[in-house]
Amino acid sequence: MFSILKKEQLADGIYQYTVEAPDIARAAQAGQFVILRLDERGERIPLTIADFDAAAGTVDIVFQVVGKTTEELAACYDAGGALLDLAGPLGRPSHIPVGKNVIVIGGGVGIAPVYPIARAMRDAGNHVIGIIGCRTKDLMIMEDKLASVCDKFITTTDDGTWGRCALVTEPLKETLEKRQDIDLVVAIGPGPMMKFCADTTRPFGVKTVVSLNCIMVDGTGMCGACRIEVAGETKFACADGPEFDGHAVNFDQLAMRLRGYVEQERLALDHYHGGEACQCQK
Amino acid sequence: MSEIEKRAPSPKQSRRPMPEQDPKRRARNFEEVALGYSEEDALAEAARCLSCRKPTCQAGCPVEVPIPEFVALVKEGKFAEASQKIKENNALPAVCGRVCPQEKQCENGCVLGKRFEPLAIGRLERFVADYEREQAGRQLTPRVSRLASNKKVAVVGSGPGGLTCASDLARLGYAVTLFEALHEPGGVLVYGIPEFRLPKDIVKSEVEYIKGLGVEIRTDAVIGHLFGVKELMSDHGYDAVFIASGAGFPMFMNIPGENLNGVYSANEFLTRANLMKAYLFPEYDTPIARGKNVAVVGGGNVAIDSARVAMRLGAEHVYLVYRRSLEELPARAEEVHHAGDEGIEFKLLNNPIEILGDDSGRVSGLSCITMELGEPDASGRRRPFEVVGSEFVLDVDTVIMAIGTRANPLIGNATPGLNLTDRGYIAAAEATGQTSLPGVFAGGDIVTGSATVIAAMGAGKRAAKSIDAYLQQPRP
Ligand SMILES: Cc1cc2nc3c(=O)[nH]c(=O)nc-3n(C[C@H](O)[C@H](O)[C@H](O)COP(=O)(O)OP(=O)(O)OC[C@H]3O[C@@H](n4cnc5c(N)ncnc54)[C@H](O)[C@@H]3O)c2cc1C
Ligand SMILES: Cc1cc2nc3c(=O)[nH]c(=O)nc-3n(C[C@H](O)[C@H](O)[C@H](O)COP(=O)(O)OP(=O)(O)OC[C@H]3O[C@@H](n4cnc5c(N)ncnc54)[C@H](O)[C@@H]3O)c2cc1C
Ligand code: SF4
Ligand code: SF4
Ligand code: FES
Repeated sequence: MFSILKKEQLADGIYQYTVEAPDIARAAQAGQFVILRLDERGERIPLTIADFDAAAGTVDIVFQVVGKTTEELAACYDAGGALLDLAGPLGRPSHIPVGKNVIVIGGGVGIAPVYPIARAMRDAGNHVIGIIGCRTKDLMIMEDKLASVCDKFITTTDDGTWGRCALVTEPLKETLEKRQDIDLVVAIGPGPMMKFCADTTRPFGVKTVVSLNCIMVDGTGMCGACRIEVAGETKFACADGPEFDGHAVNFDQLAMRLRGYVEQERLALDHYHGGEACQCQK
Repeated sequence: MSEIEKRAPSPKQSRRPMPEQDPKRRARNFEEVALGYSEEDALAEAARCLSCRKPTCQAGCPVEVPIPEFVALVKEGKFAEASQKIKENNALPAVCGRVCPQEKQCENGCVLGKRFEPLAIGRLERFVADYEREQAGRQLTPRVSRLASNKKVAVVGSGPGGLTCASDLARLGYAVTLFEALHEPGGVLVYGIPEFRLPKDIVKSEVEYIKGLGVEIRTDAVIGHLFGVKELMSDHGYDAVFIASGAGFPMFMNIPGENLNGVYSANEFLTRANLMKAYLFPEYDTPIARGKNVAVVGGGNVAIDSARVAMRLGAEHVYLVYRRSLEELPARAEEVHHAGDEGIEFKLLNNPIEILGDDSGRVSGLSCITMELGEPDASGRRRPFEVVGSEFVLDVDTVIMAIGTRANPLIGNATPGLNLTDRGYIAAAEATGQTSLPGVFAGGDIVTGSATVIAAMGAGKRAAKSIDAYLQQPRP
């Protein structure tokens, strides 16, 4: 069991949990993820490590409520409670260059996983430009935290209710046009956003890393559920990734594979709402 | 019992049949297919054993279960004692009695087999283990030979290899921690082999037994990520490490359409069904495609298991697509027979060339080509070749690739100095499990490639012995 030490609602439907997991906290590196399971009947779901503190023995996860497991987690699990299983750190850590100019981009709940990467980049002496964006002001998360590890920082919303009224690709394009010295772009967020970021950087020939949120089961390379075509070859996102060259990822295939269980996901949620699955008194 | 004794037992009698669930019924449920011997069955079958002075059966068993001795105890009706006897060499008799390929191992050596039917050693093994578990209650007999040895051993992977090594070392008095990547111990026994061949409660109870010996089990511990192999020794105080991480990396055919929704590796399909209990969805959260028409590609035990699971999930047609003929089918004859009875359709001498999909990215068919067998190749198997122009489409909505697995590169990549074979398996001495790193041993599928439960257990046993020898050496 892994104790939940702190629970915080960051935005509408987005939560941050601080979980006691000293061994994972010690081993974790930027870009890695965990797989958690709530109870005996639960599904294994992957979430990126949004922060880790080896001294305190804790890892943070930030998630958006999208289906049965995330909804149950948000509704029934509070500080003082515990997660049944937490396996990690999984996946390959981000490659952190030294002394380069990098742009890190976070979209929506993807802002969370970008934080440890931006921090590691900054600690390694890189010049870090942060761009984060989401649909609307109420969904904005972790702004100050991210700003604190960036040398330059831009916030956007699709509807202009906060920061600049734009998609993240606009400041990205402008920056690339203005400066020829950008060495690396890291973009994390919903599939379409990562795809558009990769499309934006392609003409500039700037290396672009994306982190793929494929459906997973074990997260260790054993099942192949997370397979995705990269540069014409099938890769396992959990073992070969989750970070890949954004210019080589087949994003249409990613989107298609993420739709693999839509019917069952709806059924699971209906069953959860209708049944006695939720034992908590809220 | 007296009734049976009166009927002079003759080895000529055919072996006692195994009571089974009716094929029509069982093809739609996940309950165990083979129901197990009754006491009467067991006594009658045991009576056929000649109690050979130089038993030829025992050498066929990779862990040398004392077969005549345990069978003699069965004859006397001392079932729990018989089970204890087996456990001197085999910590998992309820598992082995069910899943060992006995016809190639112990039973293959039985002298009765020369003129009559060999003794049903596996069925008896299963019977006494079940009897002990259900009737007699557990008797923990940790025979600690060196009390409080104050040495610690880490075992990586909780499949049969890891469980056996851990149990032997615990009985020798070592403090053993078993690290398992998944949330449940058991390896292939829990994620691969389906409930209807090996009920998970049995694995659980075997694991409890091993815990009772003092083995600490840490699940959710992915070695190579959470701790390195060398760090287990340098930072965490383990004096030796045994790696039994299995060969769980699934292979695909690299044909077009393999990433469509509805295509699974056998590992994923079986893991969802067994470990995650997707057959109980939505009571359990993990979904699985319940195909109407399912093609399983491959011809081994894993393919047969996948096909039988697909049938139980409600498929109308399940095809086993295999590129050679029935003769070459590597699966156990008994399982092929079971599958046939349950309605699995064998598409032999067919090879998939493309998986077809619809607009939404779901499987809509499997394009195959007919094969013919040519001359035997170096391995003695006749090499199949494609018949030109024989392409056809199998109407399926789900495809399961069961064409084998390889070594997972995780531990190898994360452990500098650990020598691997050119195929990615850990290089280890067969007799001892010793790897290229001092204090680090390995065995089971991660060394040999996919083999059997009992072979992995044998490797675990040998490694426990050599780890003990290694740790008893005086060192500076
Ligand atoms: C490496 C990785 C890191 C991730 N990090 C985060 C994160 O930091 N924060 C966050 O909010 N989400 C993250 N995700 C996505 C998260 O795992 C899914 O939102 C979650 O599994 C949904 O579970 P559910 O039961 O609530 O919803 P479901 O009803 O199961 O699914 C809703 C949608 O989520 C996606 N999904 C479903 N199952 C999985 C699965 N096993 N793996 C991935 N996606 C799935 C599908 O697109 C699906 O349509 C990450 C995914 C991966 C692979
Ligand atoms: C579907 C199927 C059916 C089979 N049927 C039979 C049968 O009927 N009879 C038979 O004799 N054999 C059968 N086999 C083969 C048999 O199961 C294997 O040969 C045997 O389980 C190998 O044992 P093992 O201990 O080497 O590894 P495994 O059983 O594979 O266990 C390895 C364990 O290590 C864990 N692990 C992997 N990497 C790490 C890591 N980095 N850190 C921590 N833990 C890790 C895995 O999660 C797993 O639990 C079958 C196999 C399959 C897949
Ligand atoms: S362990 Fe397997 S091979 Fe050995 S005697 Fe038992 S059934 Fe036969
Ligand atoms: S060889 Fe056959 S008959 Fe002889 S002891 Fe072994 S099982 Fe009994
Ligand atoms: S999640 Fe199973 S291989 Fe990646």
